[in-house]
Amino acid sequence: MSLLHIQDLHLRFKAWHGVTDVLHGISLSVGTGERVALVGESGSGKSVTARLVLGLLAQSRTNKISGRIAFEGRDLLKTPRKARASLRGTDMSMILQDPTSSLNPTFTIGRQFIDVIGRRAPALSREECLALAANALAETAIPDPVRVLSSYAFQLSGGMNQRVMIAMALVNRPKLLLADEPGSALDVTVEAQTLALMRALTDQHGAAVLFISHNLGVVREFASRVYVIYRGRIVEDGPTVALFKNPAHAYTRALMDAVPRITGAGLPSVPEESDAFLAPAVSHGAR
Amino acid sequence: MLALKNISKTFRSPTGPVHAVRDVSLTVAAGECLAVVGESGSGKSTLANMILGITAPSAGEIVLDAEPLTPRRTASQRRAIQLVQQNPASALNPKRSVGASVRLGLDTFGIGARGERATMVARALDAVGLPAEMARRAPAALSGGQRQRVGIARALAVSPRLLVLDEPTSALDVLVQARVLRLLNDLRAAHGLTYIFITHDLAVVRNVADRVAVFQAGQLVETGATRDIFEAPRTAYTRRLIAAVPVVDEAERALRDALSKMAAPQLEPRA
Repeated sequence: MSLLHIQDLHLRFKAWHGVTDVLHGISLSVGTGERVALVGESGSGKSVTARLVLGLLAQSRTNKISGRIAFEGRDLLKTPRKARASLRGTDMSMILQDPTSSLNPTFTIGRQFIDVIGRRAPALSREECLALAANALAETAIPDPVRVLSSYAFQLSGGMNQRVMIAMALVNRPKLLLADEPGSALDVTVEAQTLALMRALTDQHGAAVLFISHNLGVVREFASRVYVIYRGRIVEDGPTVALFKNPAHAYTRALMDAVPRITGAGLPSVPEESDAFLAPAVSHGAR
Repeated sequence: MLALKNISKTFRSPTGPVHAVRDVSLTVAAGECLAVVGESGSGKSTLANMILGITAPSAGEIVLDAEPLTPRRTASQRRAIQLVQQNPASALNPKRSVGASVRLGLDTFGIGARGERATMVARALDAVGLPAEMARRAPAALSGGQRQRVGIARALAVSPRLLVLDEPTSALDVLVQARVLRLLNDLRAAHGLTYIFITHDLAVVRNVADRVAVFQAGQLVETGATRDIFEAPRTAYTRRLIAAVPVVDEAERALRDALSKMAAPQLEPRA
């Protein structure tokens, strides 16, 4: 059984000017400890998928959700609000794009760690929480965890904040980590370090990752399986090696051609929107 | 066309002076695209601000067409060098229509008669592939790619000769990035523009720049033709920057592996 199994997920926004279909029935699964990437452009529906899994986007008058999101076999869309809230920050956690703006500027890093750890283990004392936090920070190769714990986010560099975010997301040993373009707000060398670090730590703790990105190069380095999403539909999926070796869908090929190459193949080609992008999905199988 | 002669910039801070740019000399020829690369904090943006006249160098001088630029630049000097910013969402005034933002430079420099300026705005928008109706829209109603095009139109409207492009595509998706890079390339050819292209994305640099200047901690560590920099980087720092690029195909991976296996760094700067 997979850890996360999304089946025929639809999402529709209603607004004064009409309805917008955002997800047209996507299905995907993430196995225990597996690293899976969801790749697509802005507006393709990749970030809302993560928000739906986390429960940050829920059924309401304006959001119509249907389908099934099963986490460890339990249908999250049918789970009461309170029970879903208790999963957040414990069994599933999220890392966002811009680390500096996702940390609270008015509390120290240590204070925010105490809040996070308190969700899993409310009985722990302040000192015990801080000791756990210092350990988690040390794992991310932060040189002076104690100093960082007493600092505010704005006193640290972007790369340092990114490490803090990773440590915070993993401190409660989640089974699933949702990562929405982590590090893309930072420069390339820091982004590369962030990915390497996330890879090592999730391996070590056996956490599965659903990795959301628009950059195929980053995906290739990080994920073992890939789903490509275009306008709310999965157009291609498969193991990373197979998909990169033989991209079969027109949209996947367009995405790959658009990435500038360090070998200097000239300016990336600009694909025209074509009907081929809406062609039926291609699957390379699970392994 | 533009020459930087031994320029330095030192900021004061509570913990002592910060040497943001240290003794940098660099020339930019008319019509070329010079990439300035380095990590955050390497001094790229401070360098750009000095070229644009936003901050004055602590030492050294900047020469435009054989004339040294003083802290008080003439209108034609300011008009000659224009900026395209990194984040198109925050670069445009949200309360001003797209047309008004593009027109601002025309008004400031008194370019064209008042009645002609609307046509000039339409022409600038057309040059970047946007319809003239876009002028009435608010920046918030545009996509990221469209906003970046407006940023480019705004800079182009005053007919500059040098564009300082500060990470112009780093906030964009790959497909939009590909379109904007093509546009910038076409505009350079059509208008005979010179570019200073600031970025940390070496894969973009490889495909758009004629020459590369690599910055580390405020110092220029390596300059050379793009092909030479990529095929035989002289410093370990440059190799590290190239190696950090996420790669898509096998040829790229081979190049990256070859670089990481290269012999001990030869640290003498390239002439």
